Amino acid sequence: MNPETPPESVHEVKAALDARSGDAQVKKRRQMLLRTGIAAVAFVALIVIVNALTQGDFFTAGNLTNVLRQITYNAILAVGQTFVIITAGIDLSVGSLIQLTGVVMAQFANASGLDGPLLVIVTTLVGIAVGCCAGLVNALPVVRLNLPPFITTLAMMLMARGLAFKLSHGQPVPLKSNAFDALGTQYALHDLLARLGMPGIPWAVLVMLVVVLVFAVVLTRTRFGRYVLALGGNEEAARLAGINVRLVKMCVYVISGGCAALAGMLLMARFSSGSPQTGVGSELQSIAAVVVGGTSLMGGRGSVVATFFGALLIGVLNNVMNLLNIESYTQDVVLGAVILLAVIAEEFRKRVFAR
Amino acid sequence: MAAITKSFPGVRALDGVSFEVVAGEVHALVGENGAGKSTLMKILAGAYIADGGTIEIDGKPVTLDGPKTAERLGIGMIYQEFNLVPDLGVIDNIVLGIEPTRGLFLDTKAATSRATAVLAELGITLPLDRPARRLSVAEQQLTEIAKALVRHARLIVMDEPTAALTDRETDALFALIAKLKAQGVAFVYISHRLEELPRIADRITVIRDGRAIETRVAGALPQNEMIQLMVGRALEAHFPDLPAVAPGAPVRLAVRDLRAAKNVNGVSFDVRAGEIVGLAGLVGAGRTEIVRAIAGADVATNGEIVLDGKPITARGPHAAIEAGIAFITEDRKAQGLVLGMTVRENTTLAHLAAYSRGPFISHAEEVGITNREIAELRIRTPSSEQAVKNLSGGNQQKVVLAKWLTGDAHVFLFDEPTRGVDVGAKAEIYTLMLQLLARGAGIVMVSSELPEVLGMSHRILVVRDGKIAAEFARADATPAAVIAVAAGVAA
Repeated sequence: MNPETPPESVHEVKAALDARSGDAQVKKRRQMLLRTGIAAVAFVALIVIVNALTQGDFFTAGNLTNVLRQITYNAILAVGQTFVIITAGIDLSVGSLIQLTGVVMAQFANASGLDGPLLVIVTTLVGIAVGCCAGLVNALPVVRLNLPPFITTLAMMLMARGLAFKLSHGQPVPLKSNAFDALGTQYALHDLLARLGMPGIPWAVLVMLVVVLVFAVVLTRTRFGRYVLALGGNEEAARLAGINVRLVKMCVYVISGGCAALAGMLLMARFSSGSPQTGVGSELQSIAAVVVGGTSLMGGRGSVVATFFGALLIGVLNNVMNLLNIESYTQDVVLGAVILLAVIAEEFRKRVFAR
Repeated sequence: MAAITKSFPGVRALDGVSFEVVAGEVHALVGENGAGKSTLMKILAGAYIADGGTIEIDGKPVTLDGPKTAERLGIGMIYQEFNLVPDLGVIDNIVLGIEPTRGLFLDTKAATSRATAVLAELGITLPLDRPARRLSVAEQQLTEIAKALVRHARLIVMDEPTAALTDRETDALFALIAKLKAQGVAFVYISHRLEELPRIADRITVIRDGRAIETRVAGALPQNEMIQLMVGRALEAHFPDLPAVAPGAPVRLAVRDLRAAKNVNGVSFDVRAGEIVGLAGLVGAGRTEIVRAIAGADVATNGEIVLDGKPITARGPHAAIEAGIAFITEDRKAQGLVLGMTVRENTTLAHLAAYSRGPFISHAEEVGITNREIAELRIRTPSSEQAVKNLSGGNQQKVVLAKWLTGDAHVFLFDEPTRGVDVGAKAEIYTLMLQLLARGAGIVMVSSELPEVLGMSHRILVVRDGKIAAEFARADATPAAVIAVAAGVAA
């Protein structure tokens, strides 16, 4: 501003600004339309092709429900993983925490003497407490000593797995009560959906949708979510803005541990037992879902909903390949290639839309 | 080097600099912060490429298009912050990048003999296997010199080589330089320590505003004249008038015997409402460290920070912000902004609770306050939803300011507030500082631009070695007097 010229009135500037921001919004909307348009066309094409290949087996309500049920555990893990990865961290312990919390919850349920919904609630809370504590142990060396999360969560992965086997002597712990059966195998909203000519929705899927929705809101609408994104984008700037970066970082690992425990509970309900063998390797599946969803491993960017779609894409692929009777070794090769392609495509999308 | 120019967006850092170094000469470059010494040095190192001008070595014109080329042409660089790999030993550092090999494998024997030969030639002994991180500063420097000589450097550029050396180590370094001179090695010697130049330099070139002002034989350039040449012009009059501080204005910020781990060694001063206190001093004198300690960005190990009569007891940036301190950092990209986030998200980051209902952020309120700041500060951005990485430097700086103006801070710490912003944005930032004063705020400003400190401060504190070496009232502060204190020369 040149001190000699009289300043324009604030209103003028504002009017110009509104006009400009209007333009920007139109542009943005056009971009969004373009983007969703491409995605929608691709998706429809995919379904048509898949449907033809499987002779109609894929696009049935039963099969689609199946896909959702199959991705439930991975999607819940991936939601927690999304928060960690946005802070440029990583949580390798979630697979083992499924094992540990499953065993602990089954043993607790059998020993508690409770039954019915109360048993389910108390057991779940115990499991989540265990998961959150493990998350806290993951986080403390990271925030206090600046150790890499790769190492601390790797250590937790080994400890939790070993503990799960030790507690269970390597054997699945069958649940005595059948209170968990509803969550494991039954359908919610059965009557309502039947009237619409649809099968019910599995309880586990409902839990997953709630988790996705709640954490999507947490990430995009709350102060905590904003702090997570800011910390991932520039930790020093976030710290100097008065954000308690240590606390925020601890919370993301605790959330991830809690999500792992929830997935552990649903798997235990599914198999009516807490097994030290379920969940092996699922930490990598969850990371794959987050990355396919477009969250950057460098931190600062990410979306829970996108992660859900990442998990969905992987689930659909698995399902289709099963329907096509592709052997499991080939499936792994294809899945790996798709993950790589998804990440490359995301990189190109970013370059095209970056201005 | 002849007629070297180098421009950065909005700044002409070098404007036709010419100078020459002959074999066996130590040619000193002096100048204020920002005069263009470092830029010149980086061009010699091949880190920057000159926009214009010619460089000749031994009479042959050369193109310095990269660090490897510079090295091949016999130019060795010794930066103030050394370029050693901390975990490698002395020998490995000396041969780094030119490791002798036997087939596929490293030839450690050849490396050792090559490194020891150079060290023997220099007549120095170093603990050969000790990792660089455990060497003393002087030992690291000697390693750097050996590193340059192994690469057959004929011209060695040294930036502030004595800044961290004791007197004895400085003597040893000078003896070594004399020895190498006798062998025909030439030196470009950059230093703020004017008093040592007559001892070491053969000729001195004064750089100011990107131009070589004067080159003279060292003995023919007395210190006071050197300072005059460095400062040069009269103050430019593009600063707004500072209103006088009201006689009974309350003390906003009182700092008492502040000490911190790094370069803050017992600092005390007051800032009153409506007053700008400028911290002047050389780069590395501790100015930034002082404001960082006040802002809670670094831990203060001792001392008291009192805001409006209330001591701040809690530590950390959060406590400082709560108390009413706003800290506008020196490096907006690394410390001030989350570049990938939008103007809106950056503006509200420090006071998000004010735009929230419980844990939920009110998007509408955020947009409202951001658009108000965009209009008031004239931030040129398409909308509040633009990512700040897409804005120009001046507009990014305004977003940083917006972040702190939305709160109710009444002490503002500005660290290099106008670095890398264009003239227009500079004037706007000054106007804004005056508005803050009118609101009763107190301001501490750190700036390496001497005219800015002198033109925009009621009082000037000169910082040297983490302490306040002198205080000047605005009327008494002359550039020469401030530089003399900052450089440790008795005025």
